[in-house]
Amino acid sequence: MGCNILYAIFAITRFTLLEARRNRLVWLFLLLLAVAIALAVFMGSIAITESQAIRTSVLAAVLRIFAVFLLSLYVITSMVREINDKGMELTLSLPVSRTSYFFGKLSGYSMIAVLVSVSIGLTLVFYAPFFQVFLWTISLFFELLIITALCLLCVFTFTQITVAITAVTVFYVLSRTIDAIQLMSREPLIDPDSLPQVFITRSIDLLAYVLPDLYRFSPSEWLIYPNTMTGQILPIAVQTVIYLVLLVAAGLFDLYRKNL
Amino acid sequence: MHRYQERSVKALPVWIPILLTVAMTAQIIWHMHRPDPIAHFHRLTPPPVQSVLEMMSLGDPVAMSKILMLWLQAHDNQPGISVPFRQLDYSMLIHWLEAILKLDPRAHYPLLAASRVYGEVPDAEKQRQILAFVAREFQKDPDHRWPWMAHAVYIARHKLKDEQLALKYARLLADKARGENVPGWAKQMHIFLLEDMGEIESAKILLGALLESGQIEDPNEQAFLYQRLAELEGKRGQTGRQ
Repeated sequence: MGCNILYAIFAITRFTLLEARRNRLVWLFLLLLAVAIALAVFMGSIAITESQAIRTSVLAAVLRIFAVFLLSLYVITSMVREINDKGMELTLSLPVSRTSYFFGKLSGYSMIAVLVSVSIGLTLVFYAPFFQVFLWTISLFFELLIITALCLLCVFTFTQITVAITAVTVFYVLSRTIDAIQLMSREPLIDPDSLPQVFITRSIDLLAYVLPDLYRFSPSEWLIYPNTMTGQILPIAVQTVIYLVLLVAAGLFDLYRKNL
Repeated sequence: MHRYQERSVKALPVWIPILLTVAMTAQIIWHMHRPDPIAHFHRLTPPPVQSVLEMMSLGDPVAMSKILMLWLQAHDNQPGISVPFRQLDYSMLIHWLEAILKLDPRAHYPLLAASRVYGEVPDAEKQRQILAFVAREFQKDPDHRWPWMAHAVYIARHKLKDEQLALKYARLLADKARGENVPGWAKQMHIFLLEDMGEIESAKILLGALLESGQIEDPNEQAFLYQRLAELEGKRGQTGRQ
């Protein structure tokens, strides 16, 4: 029984990777990589000082956004197509549980996240010390893992590309900026004790509770300044595990509720 | 678009809602134990070179200028911190204002901010720096930028209490801003400053010259200035008798 589940997960993972290989995702990623490198080299060349630091931080920031953008678009469009083409129904008509299907898809897309992270890491090795790049790449992988699970959840919840992409974008932007939003809400310019202001501050604090602190993930300062990542990777790993379990549980909740 | 009907929550395996509840609780507990975000003061860095700013504007430098001005204005209100003007690096601030003005030379905002906002800083050195910037930029388009120069005269006279600097700026205003749109009071500021400083003779000569030059065409304004001239004559007489 356990072997069958693992076999099903492995088979779905393999087909997910095969699909990625066949639809030219690799070429698109390589193209984006080249664009990011060109942009970073250009920015570094016009800097009067700290050109290496500018090059590295611009490259890391641009590649991180590219990775999140590319992976979320790919996961959402691929899953929606599979649902619309009845691929999911066909798979689930076989002796494959919904849990196996979900984990098969998640592990397939996670493998793509590994490949994307490693490629970005290998690019950055030319611009920053190896150990710093190594930790940064792990952190980027964790970030992509959360985004992948979120995309699956959004697809099972909304089953529409536009709504799912919008939801993922809003989630990502909020998770990356929630610390700044919290600080701004605590230091309002006018009347901090007014009822609407207190309500806004409390609502933002509440929102921060249910969002992962992505703003702590893979900052470019890790690549530029030594020792800035000390003690950072463990909390990031814990946050990833907790949030991944949450997203998986929510995704399975929605998948199991679907009446196929 | 295929739309699935949803099954009852009872149809779910029991472990899924339990896992969901446990994970949500863990997330909340985790968040409670994470340190609060800390506010950091970010210093102003030098602006990029003008060509880069223009490139970043994607062909719309005016819009870029407006966005940068709002960003610069918000710099003293960083997330979680309200930074006093005294702590701002005025050299960097001036570099940014210059860059913003170059993107949109017709804009009033950078000079308004310089003279009326940043000029109010309770630090004489910084005030002189920002007033010098206003005076420099005023000379590039005097008929358009005279209001900010007039305010610079006010700051120099009443906030800095530096009469010589105020007089220098007022003379600059009178010399450069000669357009029809520039009101008489702005062109005559140096005369009244001289009067204020007790330089009655100089003020009288300047006012007389102004009236004789024919620049003042409005009868009411002429009458007002003749009245001021008479008053100056009276003051001079009193001074002479003393």
